[in-house]
Amino acid sequence: MSKLKSNLVVIGIYMVFIVLLITTIYPMIWVVGTSLNPGNTLLVSKMFPDNPSLLHYVELIRNTDFMLWFGNTLKIAVANAFLSTILVAMTAYAFSRFRFKGRQQGLMTLLVLQMFPGFLSIMAIFVLLLQTKLLDTHLGLILIYVGGSISMGTWVMKGHFDTIPRSLEEAAFIDGASNKDAFFRIILPLSLPSITFVALNSFITPFMDFILPQIVLRSSEKMTLAQGLYSMVANETNSSFTVFAAGAVLVALPITLLYMYFQKYLIHGMTAGADKG
Amino acid sequence: MHVNLDARRYRTKAAIFSALFIGLGQLYNRQYVKGFLWMVVAQLFFWTYYPIAYKGITGLITLGDVPSRIIKGKVVQGDHSIFLLINGLITVVIILLFLGVYIMNIVDAKKNGEIRDEGGQVLGFIASLKRAKFRNFPYLLLLPATFFVLFVTVMPLVFNVLIAFTNYSAPDHIPDRSLVDWIGFASFYDLFTQEAWRSTFVGIAVWNIIWATVSTISVFLSGLILAMMVNHPRVKFKKFWRTAFILPWAVPQFISILVFRVLLNGSFGPINDLIVKLGFSPVPWLSDPTMAKVSIILVNLWFSTPFLMALMSGVLTTMPRDLYEAAEVDGASWRQKFSKITLPLVLLATAPILIMQFAFNFNNFNLIYLLTDGNPNQPDYFYAGSTDILISWIFKMTLNQSQFNMASAVSIIMFILIAGFSLWNYKRMKSNQEEDWV
Repeated sequence: MSKLKSNLVVIGIYMVFIVLLITTIYPMIWVVGTSLNPGNTLLVSKMFPDNPSLLHYVELIRNTDFMLWFGNTLKIAVANAFLSTILVAMTAYAFSRFRFKGRQQGLMTLLVLQMFPGFLSIMAIFVLLLQTKLLDTHLGLILIYVGGSISMGTWVMKGHFDTIPRSLEEAAFIDGASNKDAFFRIILPLSLPSITFVALNSFITPFMDFILPQIVLRSSEKMTLAQGLYSMVANETNSSFTVFAAGAVLVALPITLLYMYFQKYLIHGMTAGADKG
Repeated sequence: MHVNLDARRYRTKAAIFSALFIGLGQLYNRQYVKGFLWMVVAQLFFWTYYPIAYKGITGLITLGDVPSRIIKGKVVQGDHSIFLLINGLITVVIILLFLGVYIMNIVDAKKNGEIRDEGGQVLGFIASLKRAKFRNFPYLLLLPATFFVLFVTVMPLVFNVLIAFTNYSAPDHIPDRSLVDWIGFASFYDLFTQEAWRSTFVGIAVWNIIWATVSTISVFLSGLILAMMVNHPRVKFKKFWRTAFILPWAVPQFISILVFRVLLNGSFGPINDLIVKLGFSPVPWLSDPTMAKVSIILVNLWFSTPFLMALMSGVLTTMPRDLYEAAEVDGASWRQKFSKITLPLVLLATAPILIMQFAFNFNNFNLIYLLTDGNPNQPDYFYAGSTDILISWIFKMTLNQSQFNMASAVSIIMFILIAGFSLWNYKRMKSNQEEDWV
């Protein structure tokens, strides 16, 4: 009796799994199928086209600003990752290794600011950038990203720095090392995971974010990928959906692979950050 | 007593001298180079900056009093209120920094006076420079970050707060065509007393809270149940299922949302196409106010569950097995084990994440804006549709309608809500993790 019940439970679980598998996979297969479908409308397109073609990909690259958007996003992402990582590492190092007046207050401020994501003051950012002539420039967007990443990343990285025993540096100081040596020779190599996490996160943000680019960047040739893809489906004519599908695949594929590869590590990083704030 | 007073005379005098005139206390302490430098720099700064500061502060108070006008057919540029406001803000920051330097100067004079009181020798110029460099190293490290945080995060916040107390809005108060004035709490007053504003605000806020709560709870439960099913001892190919179910987490969210926007499209979306082919009537996924809200929650479930599942899997493997064994010995049913052991333990372990998710969902602009644009239309609302949440309403008021003052009034209310929430969260966290605050 109990054996039967247990069997039923397992069968039930498998049935749920199959339903879930279909709902999980369906949108993905649909996008890939549509992007390979030679037709131009959605209704005639099949999930598994009879004669797949790369026509939409060619069209996407030739006839739309896709490559331009990609270049913009890449530029913003690299600049953001570079600047954010340096600033966050410096800040986290100061908070982790030195005891100075205002340290507690500084940490508290970062914690509180982290609760106010930059886009909450969208109105102010919009007007401030408008008045400082930084609206519709990549520099303006990068500055906002970097400013936001400081409050986000510092706690994660400081937490990691804190786990590195001080005795290592003290030994180095006795041997005549400077603060600089201690940071680059001891802290940096030992905290590569958290540095990679911050760098990766700030690299990926411009690819994923929509709201800030939408506020800052107005003209089509300045847009990021997210904005560009949105503009393809925002108007209700369905002519560009197939091209959108091709773009979606091109953007999603590398990021998905990256995420699946760094899976454990990213989920761990996110929870580590959450514990602290 | 008399000796004591006498022993304090250098520090008191040095401090008073420095308070009267920057650098004077240092001169009194016989730090001639340092005192002279302090003095020259402070005087130079003060006299060059004084007129600029005066203008900045007056601008901040009046927000300009000469509007743009046409004289003899030519446009004469008037004051630009928002420029004046920003300049005034920067001026205030610089004045505060100057005050900080002023206080530092007094503290420095007092400290060196103390050294002299105790019969010590004050450091020479080069030596004190070296010491300052050593002692201020952490501040030096923090300088760039402070600058960024100040001008990119704090300034906009303060600016945002200030705008709420002006009448900066279309169509009548947009510089440089016309002036903006301080109007006190009038925007807040309108928001709560004018029927159209109030019903919009209350309607959106209620939906926003429902949305954040339902999405967090639904994702938590589905993640937990999915993790328990995958971890079931008799389920085979665990690795395969786990990888398959984590996939939606790895796909960039905005792409998933945009894809769902197409999939759920009422007139030519493939899902409705399928439903019609099966002989049912099409579902108004995104065009019916209630159905659109359900769709939003379902789509959120699709891409948020995997992260929670991965998290719960980790938590479930660390569950103390003996608790379950003891429960089984006592004849506990499956349901009892779940509600008395699994649920409380998992809740305890994932509470910080859940709170983070709630805060994130509360402001999940991307999902709302990319999936529905806030639509379907809601004619009773001011500048908002029926699925808009507060943040997307603010976005629309700012970018499409130029209702800057109302947008920032609403965001101040959100600030207060979030601040209260995070304060509560912080207190809870502090009691859990005292050791982090050493």
